Amino acid sequence: MERDTDRYRGLTRRALMLGGMQVGLLSTLVARMYYLQVLESDRYSTLADENRINMRLLAPSRGQVLDRFGVPLAVNQQNFRVVMVSEQARKIDRVLTLVSEIVPLTDADWRRITREIQRKRAFVPVTVKDNLSWEQVTMIEVNAPDLPGVSIEVGELRSYPYETSTAHFLGYVGAVSESELNGDPVLALPGFRIGKSGLEKFHDANLRGVAGTSQLEVNAVGRVIRELSREEGQPGRDITLTVDIGLQQYAQDRLKDQKSAAAVVMDVHTGGIYSMASNPSYDPNLFTTGINAETWEDLLSDPATPLTNKVIAGQYAPGSTFKMLVALAALDSGIIGPRHTVHCPGHMDLGDHRFHCWKRGGHGTLDLVGALKHSCDTFFYDLARRIGIDRIHDMGKRFGMGQRTQLDLPSERPGLMPSRDWKQANLGKSWTQGESLIAAIGQGYVLATPLQLAVMLSRMVNGGFAVKPHLTRQVERGPAEQTAWPPMGVNKAHIEMVIQGMNAVMNQPDGTAYKMRITEPGFEMGGKTGTSQVRRITMAERSTGVLKNDQLPWRQRDHALFIGFAPLRAPRYACAVIVEHGGGGSAVAAPIARDLLLEVQRRDSARGASQVSSAEGAPEPSPTVPNTSPRKVGG
Amino acid sequence: MSGDLLGHQPELTLTEKLWQINWKLILLLTAIASIGWAMLFSAANGNIDPWASRQAVRFGAGICVMILVGLIDLRIWLRLSYPIYGVALVLLIAVEIVGEIGMGAQRWIDLGVIQIQPSEIMKIAIVLALARYFHGASLEEVGRPTFLIAPLLMVLAPVGLVMKQPDLGTALMVMMVGGALFFLVGVRLWKFAIIIAAGGGSVPIAWQFLHDYQKNRVLIFLNPENDPLGAGYHITQSKIALGSGGISGRGFMMGTQSHLNFLPEKQTDFIFTMLAEELGMIGGVCLLLLYTLLMAYGVIISLRCRNQFGRLVGLGVTTNLFLYVFINIAMVMGLIPVVGIPLPLISYGGTAMLTVLFGFGLVMSVYIHRDVRITRRTMAGEM
Repeated sequence: MERDTDRYRGLTRRALMLGGMQVGLLSTLVARMYYLQVLESDRYSTLADENRINMRLLAPSRGQVLDRFGVPLAVNQQNFRVVMVSEQARKIDRVLTLVSEIVPLTDADWRRITREIQRKRAFVPVTVKDNLSWEQVTMIEVNAPDLPGVSIEVGELRSYPYETSTAHFLGYVGAVSESELNGDPVLALPGFRIGKSGLEKFHDANLRGVAGTSQLEVNAVGRVIRELSREEGQPGRDITLTVDIGLQQYAQDRLKDQKSAAAVVMDVHTGGIYSMASNPSYDPNLFTTGINAETWEDLLSDPATPLTNKVIAGQYAPGSTFKMLVALAALDSGIIGPRHTVHCPGHMDLGDHRFHCWKRGGHGTLDLVGALKHSCDTFFYDLARRIGIDRIHDMGKRFGMGQRTQLDLPSERPGLMPSRDWKQANLGKSWTQGESLIAAIGQGYVLATPLQLAVMLSRMVNGGFAVKPHLTRQVERGPAEQTAWPPMGVNKAHIEMVIQGMNAVMNQPDGTAYKMRITEPGFEMGGKTGTSQVRRITMAERSTGVLKNDQLPWRQRDHALFIGFAPLRAPRYACAVIVEHGGGGSAVAAPIARDLLLEVQRRDSARGASQVSSAEGAPEPSPTVPNTSPRKVGG
Repeated sequence: MSGDLLGHQPELTLTEKLWQINWKLILLLTAIASIGWAMLFSAANGNIDPWASRQAVRFGAGICVMILVGLIDLRIWLRLSYPIYGVALVLLIAVEIVGEIGMGAQRWIDLGVIQIQPSEIMKIAIVLALARYFHGASLEEVGRPTFLIAPLLMVLAPVGLVMKQPDLGTALMVMMVGGALFFLVGVRLWKFAIIIAAGGGSVPIAWQFLHDYQKNRVLIFLNPENDPLGAGYHITQSKIALGSGGISGRGFMMGTQSHLNFLPEKQTDFIFTMLAEELGMIGGVCLLLLYTLLMAYGVIISLRCRNQFGRLVGLGVTTNLFLYVFINIAMVMGLIPVVGIPLPLISYGGTAMLTVLFGFGLVMSVYIHRDVRITRRTMAGEM
């Protein structure tokens, strides 16, 4: 069978060729393997890790805000929420019904839960209810065997234990809005809160901290398999304030009876603010969980503006509290001497216009101290006529008027300190002398915030140092507050004169606020009343008799102002009070200031029993001191 | 060849046949299969259920079938060649009529007790039929073009039917096995060139007759990257798994791509990826060497056989194995489009396992009956 041999030989040859081809093809597989697994291995390893490793941010714990004695004012509360993993719960409706017997669920809750269960993957926990009470937490833990897939998670919720007392300077935190996303990934975390106003906003960077990261291994559908590594973040820094929460609560409570009022107490040497109260207030805790529209609408539409911190954002004509500045400007100019006197017949005529003093019959002849004591308008008309507005403006600027005090709090307003240039630039008209006269009694264009008035007073009574106010005593691991301030170069003797004037206001029986003085020995105060006129009194009205304040509608009544300091001998605290539409400064604002100054001194542990003898013209009961406010004449 | 001179056939008793069972072949198959069990054990995160245990049982059953097939005389297989081919072809037509939709294409016939996949039977049947046809062919006959028309039709008929399912992977395999057998019997290379040229030339014409959805299917088949969430995703993840395995792998049961389910079908078509991820290039090359060893042994057994039918069957089955291995691994490595061909003996699944072990049963039969001489005349008379 020759043929078969040939055939066999041919087949063998072809079989070997075929085998060779196959080996060749298998070699390409090996080559491909070499390419993928040796040459490109690093790239693919990275891709594999990107597939399986999920970086998750760990929200840092927000720093606390403490008062000057370490009392926490803004804290993080544990927020317990009950969550459910639907794949473990299986019979979702039955489990939810059982949960609702412990934690009541509204129809809206049910709808939200159902929606989330449908949208999320079965192994992702769905929040059933937030903000559980301890009882509810324990009830759920106890019933855990009957509640498959249900568990308790702990989150953090910002809480303000002093509620309305601290709202105006602490502010509040809230959810991050679109415009606040700045690339910091922690902001994108669900439920992350940032400072929205007040110190929470001002110190947000310090309070926020640094996010940690957790590397999680996930599978193709995103289920977490295990944690590979964890890098703890850095909790936010604690902020210690200069505020004394005891005094703050006292102040806020003291203002409660006034429809709209504000008060600030600060240290005249350090600039540290002891209390900053503004009434009405609001509960910042409403904002941390998301305020409902109705409450928000109410807060916005309230004419007493509960959302505004009037200490820094309320601008008022300072009224007679401004007179010390005019006196200092006049003395500083050298145009008048310390013995300068003015005769007050109850008015002063300038051209064909008559400017009235608040006292119809006039004060007679007064020197500077007497003018301050009686708050005589004519005396200061005279000064203004002599020195002009620009000298007043310059002195005002030195004492912090018409500019932001650079307080460590957002939304501070600058007030207004007018001058010739200012009027020309802003109103396009030249200044008139009549306007100088009006400005000299703190009316007209002049505007100041209560904080500016407190700063002005502080700079006078601390011996002429340019103190600046602040709320932050220390940021954790940061430098301590600034307490030394540069001298302003104002003549000490001049300052002594206006202090004498403020002493007389309080402590001489015929002073405008004698009835509101502090009688406790060693705690005596000095101060100055003010009334900020809200409406213009027309000539027609004047002829028929000026209406009393309580005959006017609330919104047209005068603002009552008072600034005061204590103790008299070695001033340490300055206080400014505004009662909007409160009428006269001595009747409404002065008692508040007195109580605050007394309280702050009582709380001062550093002050021993060493009693400084009271001021010269002190406690001698006097017959009557005008209880109603002095009335100014608008130009 | 001294056998021709003796002029008689040695008849083997059953005992002799049992003694002749090639344990080396079984050992090689078991070695490969046990790698499969290990990978299935890993795929189930360290459990023999649900895959490894069942696969082992199937392998045991498959080995029994293999031995049974091996004990059956080659001449009986020769006689059954055409009937088996005929039945397979009828089943392929039947699948068009009663076939159920499975794996996205009509491939299965449900007989109630078992589901059969006629295209798998065809992979063996085409080998038997062509071996039968060329068994008696002299070199002169093979050189005659008219002689090749019948076997060409034998190949093209099932290829057409399988492609219509559409199961292009299997169609390709049947065609290539056929081509390999044509090559082995000595068909001139220029004839292959003509067929390939003709086939290539007819594609644009055939394209005109296709429906839009058919064209779409072909396009996706040719370019799976157009389907990023489907086959494109699979192949990308498969390449990542392979690449991240590196030289020595991530360690047994430590493959992240496979265990975290980024790798699809890790227990079936993409099991080689998982093996290469966990055991690295070393593991992959070792497996390829085992397959090569098995194929080389198949070729040796085939060439030692004294009859043309046995040689062709043995070489055909070996080629079949090669095609399985090559297409599967080239597919998971992104060298060719995803066509759904499993890795024989390793991928989870009974059909391919049975096909391969049935095929090696025939190889066993070739080995046991290697000295049986089958004359062309006798054979022709028997038909």
